[in-house]
Amino acid sequence: MIEIKDLHKSYKMGSNSLHVLKGLNFNIKEGELVAIMGSSGSGKSTLLNILGMLDELDEGSYTLDGVPIKNLNETKAAQYRNKFLGFIFQSFNLINYKTAVENVALPLYYQGVNRKERQEKALKYLEQVGLKEWAGHLPSELSGGQKQRVAIARALAAEPKVLMADEPTGALDSQTSYEVMDLIQKINDDGNTILVVTHEPDIADMCKRIVHLKDGVIVEDKKVDQVRASQYV
Amino acid sequence: MFSKDRWKEILQVLTTNMFRTALTAFGVFWGIFILIILLAAGKGFENGIRADFGNIATNTLFMWTQKVTKAYKGLPKDRMFYYKTGDVADIWENVDGLRFVSPRNQLGSFNGTNNVIRGLKSGAFTVYGDYPEIIKQDPMDIISGRFINQSDINERRKVAVIGVDVRRSLYEKDEDYLGTYIKINNVNFMVIGTYKKSNNNGNGDQAQREIYIPFTSFSQAFNRGDNVGWMAITAQDNVPITNIKEQIFEVVKENHFIHPDDKRAVGHFDLNERFQRVSGLFMAIQFIAYFVGVLVLLSGIIGVSNIMLIVVKERTKEIGVRRALGEGPWSIKKQILMESVFLTIISGMAGIVFGTLVIFGVNYLLDMNGPVMMFINPSVNLGVITIALIILMVSGLLAGFIPANSAIKVRPIEALRSE
Repeated sequence: MIEIKDLHKSYKMGSNSLHVLKGLNFNIKEGELVAIMGSSGSGKSTLLNILGMLDELDEGSYTLDGVPIKNLNETKAAQYRNKFLGFIFQSFNLINYKTAVENVALPLYYQGVNRKERQEKALKYLEQVGLKEWAGHLPSELSGGQKQRVAIARALAAEPKVLMADEPTGALDSQTSYEVMDLIQKINDDGNTILVVTHEPDIADMCKRIVHLKDGVIVEDKKVDQVRASQYV
Repeated sequence: MFSKDRWKEILQVLTTNMFRTALTAFGVFWGIFILIILLAAGKGFENGIRADFGNIATNTLFMWTQKVTKAYKGLPKDRMFYYKTGDVADIWENVDGLRFVSPRNQLGSFNGTNNVIRGLKSGAFTVYGDYPEIIKQDPMDIISGRFINQSDINERRKVAVIGVDVRRSLYEKDEDYLGTYIKINNVNFMVIGTYKKSNNNGNGDQAQREIYIPFTSFSQAFNRGDNVGWMAITAQDNVPITNIKEQIFEVVKENHFIHPDDKRAVGHFDLNERFQRVSGLFMAIQFIAYFVGVLVLLSGIIGVSNIMLIVVKERTKEIGVRRALGEGPWSIKKQILMESVFLTIISGMAGIVFGTLVIFGVNYLLDMNGPVMMFINPSVNLGVITIALIILMVSGLLAGFIPANSAIKVRPIEALRSE
């Protein structure tokens, strides 16, 4: 699903150049649940931004579902993001003046899906994350865990090839974190490819594979026995 | 463009911070309000001045004789001369583009002695010997009977058309006057009609105290021979009288042996020139109104632009999220532009409506308290409203342009990073 070859990325900070990613190679197959681990500064967020087409790579190649991701203009990048990717953020990033169901329907709106269909689909995904009865509520009326679940429903709504979660549990207490991870595992069970960036080992252990980044290189890439989050819930 | 969701979002965004939106809107509201009020005041002033001109044909030259100031062809200076009826024919023959040439003789004037008698009543009135065309140059409403006509001229009938105030002075209130006789300088004339003039220049009362009799009858009755005291010359609409007046002067100067360089002998008043000058003044007033109005509006627009920049800044993260979810840059730009245009137009419309209400109020007060000098019916027409709306539309776009551009310059990654 995702193929990365010899990926380099550096940032210019004034006259200095900061080499963040130093030649990464890895593949992610369909249906995998991969954790990208690393301390801060290891380059994991940069990697996710590049994979998420939010940032551009300097060298190497990136292929997503057979499509080379290269030299995209903003309009094209937006279309690809909409079609291929679903994002889950640490701080949820729901749009605060839109209700839960409106937030979930946003990616569909950008796809040009008509109003009625949007509403139906959005409700379906809200139901999947167990928040159907909260559909008409604004984000400010929801708890942190509920917000993240709305965000997950939003990421799912566009039926993307890959879900990308950037510290999805970073702003949640451990109980809620496990609930969210339980949901992510269930979505993965349905066959979705999911990439989770985290620095918490217990969260990483709930994935099926852990890629360890340190100073811009992959130091470890191992398959693990998945710890089911449902046992803590 | 007109999708329901987009409008819903615009309303959501604008109503989030109602107080700020209202303050911003006020800038535009005030600008367009000032523009409307200034234009209306200019129009009121213009209407007032134009009413002073009445409905006199403005492309008109009045001319009379003065002392000759240069000796010429053996004739001395400082002599008086008179136009002759022959001059009228010569002017027609030698000058193109004329519409009316009306010679006139006059008896009595402002504050003259009593010159008209009827029975036991008498009065001092201005008496004109005129041709029928004069009614087209200096319009008046015939209240009863008729005006003098060509047959009166040809047969030198001793008939008179009198002003409503003349009738009031010489007749009892319910007395029949048509067909009765009045004595003008001891010559009997039969009253055949009354008139009323509608222009309300300073001497509005004086205008109703005049008597019109046929030019030929006047000449015969008061021994003027073929002298002409005064001429009113109107040119065709597409020929400004100002352009051809020198030709007219040349004709009469040649007829009366006056030096071609004598500037004083032919006294004249060029109504067209005066009117053009006043029209220029109105143009200037309108220009100033637009200038000031648009500048005030501009500060409102800058306010909108400013607020939109802040809104974009505030929504940096939201814009980042939306782009991460796959919204195209054009869609975001359109959103910001539409918010700006919507805000500008709504507040501008409010300004137009409020301005119109104020104008309505002023008109009501003017109507209640009677006419005010040089100020009648301040108003704005549909054209001005259309122009105002176009200005609003354009300025809304301008106000949104910079913020919209800064919105699409937001890179999603940076937006999401700013926690």
